[in-house]
Amino acid sequence: MAAHNLKHALFCAIVTLVIAYPILGFNLVASGTDIILEGAKTRTVILVLLAAVAVFLFQLFRDNVMALLGKAPALNPLANRQPMEQGKRLKLESIVLTLIIVGALFWPFFVSRGAVDLATLVLIYIMLALGLNVVVGLAGLLDLGYVAFYAVGAYTFALLSQYYGFSFWLALPLGALLAALFGLVLGFPVLRLRGDYLAIVTLGFGEIIRILLNNMTSLTGGPNGIGGIPDPTLFGMEFGRRVKEEGNTSFHETLGIAYSSEHKVIFLYLIALVLAVITALVIRRLMRMPVGRAWEALREDEIAARSLGLSRTAVKLSAFTIGAFFAGFAGTVFASKQGFISPESFVFLESAIILAIVVLGGMGSQIGVILAAIAVTTLPELAREFSEYRMLIFGAAMVLMMVWRPQGLLPMRRTHIELKAQE
Amino acid sequence: MLDVQNLSMRFGGLLAVDQVSLDVQEHEIVSIIGPNGAGKTTVFNCMSGFYKPTGGKILFEGKEIQGTPDYKISRLGMVRTFQHVRLFNSMTVVENLLVAQHRHLNNNLISGLLKTPNYRTREKKSLDRASYWLERVGLLELANVEAGNLAYGQQRRLEIARCMVTEPKLLMLDEPAAGLNPSETRDLNQLIVSLKEDYNVSVVLIEHDMSLVMDISDRINVINQGRPLASGTPDEIRNNDDVIKAYLGEA
Repeated sequence: MAAHNLKHALFCAIVTLVIAYPILGFNLVASGTDIILEGAKTRTVILVLLAAVAVFLFQLFRDNVMALLGKAPALNPLANRQPMEQGKRLKLESIVLTLIIVGALFWPFFVSRGAVDLATLVLIYIMLALGLNVVVGLAGLLDLGYVAFYAVGAYTFALLSQYYGFSFWLALPLGALLAALFGLVLGFPVLRLRGDYLAIVTLGFGEIIRILLNNMTSLTGGPNGIGGIPDPTLFGMEFGRRVKEEGNTSFHETLGIAYSSEHKVIFLYLIALVLAVITALVIRRLMRMPVGRAWEALREDEIAARSLGLSRTAVKLSAFTIGAFFAGFAGTVFASKQGFISPESFVFLESAIILAIVVLGGMGSQIGVILAAIAVTTLPELAREFSEYRMLIFGAAMVLMMVWRPQGLLPMRRTHIELKAQE
Repeated sequence: MLDVQNLSMRFGGLLAVDQVSLDVQEHEIVSIIGPNGAGKTTVFNCMSGFYKPTGGKILFEGKEIQGTPDYKISRLGMVRTFQHVRLFNSMTVVENLLVAQHRHLNNNLISGLLKTPNYRTREKKSLDRASYWLERVGLLELANVEAGNLAYGQQRRLEIARCMVTEPKLLMLDEPAAGLNPSETRDLNQLIVSLKEDYNVSVVLIEHDMSLVMDISDRINVINQGRPLASGTPDEIRNNDDVIKAYLGEA
């Protein structure tokens, strides 16, 4: 045991050295026309060595350390919690949710513009994560190209507004439906694949969409993106200082209040909030419907599900399409919020982040996913000062999560349909 | 109602099923027996659409169904169980039965989202049907337990109940008595007979438990190394020299 640990610890320490020294130690210095490779400074060398020693010691006493950590109850207060009764849990959940929603409705009027803006982004991510949760968490299909549907939604709105002058409210359902259509069309050939293969193909699809958007310059403007995407209006009232479109009035003049750029931000936030709530409610309902049960049945045991007359393609396609639909929703809101979109916004990293949210939150669990979306979106913003190390902190948080709560923040507790005793 | 003619299934160089024929009439229990590896389950997989047979015909109610996708076959009214129990383990017992009634429920998304009265009545009906069958197999008090937590014998019964809520015409049971104790096997025996008598379901049965097979079968087909060896009533099979040599003699 000890010998094994020692060997392992030595190996880990060496890996640390080999990786850390070149990355942190070497510097490229320009001198005239040449570039010179400089060795590390003494301070860096000492730090790297210290890190290697730390890794060595940790790996050597790993079992003891982990045992200690496991014992510390403060670190994991939820570990030995008794599961609540279903009826009680549902009641508590609905009370908490109502409180949160009511709070979220009034909250933007008391905070800064930046906070509201960030909150809108959080809501967009909540919509995305809830949609992906259907695909990954409920139907068990690993989709790494989810951002493609988000892009479809956003570009639908951007293009329709640019070429045909569509408004936000008209483009919102269209964007979602078009994204759903893309999901359907992509799903057909892809869904006979399983597991890793499905992941790879969806990853490829995500990249195809992005590269298409990048290269169809005449239509999409390529890397320059599309700007001037209109803001949503409220019953024909615009939120700008001056009315851009004929027939519209402006919000501040109609209500007879002073113009403030905050109105628009808050309005967008409220739209996003309403859409996110709708998304959550619809998916919550779907989970309790035959479709939802079919998703889970197919995930649990595909062969048994097929033997009972569930069509694999139809069930998987429905999950894929519904997931894509909500991504389209989110995309439209995103385009409207930014006013400008380019393929840059839809890189693979976005897919990875959304997937990370779903996994962190606990696959299939709605509240867990919402909490994770808040955490994952706001933490990097809060940690802006360490911007260089943001990804590092992000990664460390992920590793810690996987060690302490591999099942996610709030793992899914299925709400069962109960058969009531009959007299 | 079911007529299998010269069914063959080849996996590369291996001819797993060779020219097997069998037929099932309405209101009949037909067994398929044979030593391990004889190809019984392969025949089942062909009949239920999991495999596309490489030769022969399968007629169900006069229509050729070989090569039809599995889920369509089960919708025609031929439903099977599995050698190893396949339940949806993290779903409750009653939910297992609800999944099976997928196609009886209204599939319309909108009416489900809005909980229209029509949707509610259908959901109520399928819950009623589920509780009827749970009562029938003696699992009613376990309705809200996760299926994975049931005892093995209970899981077996749940699997049969799950088939029955789809209201099949033909039930295919793959070794339903495997792993059951003698008293559970007796209950199963009664259950299968009652399916035939009370619900007018025909049954095709693969089973190694000879007492069960001889007791309830109307006819028996023996398969050995993929080839049909004999078929007839239990008495004929019991006295068939080839069968005794190939199969019963070993036991």
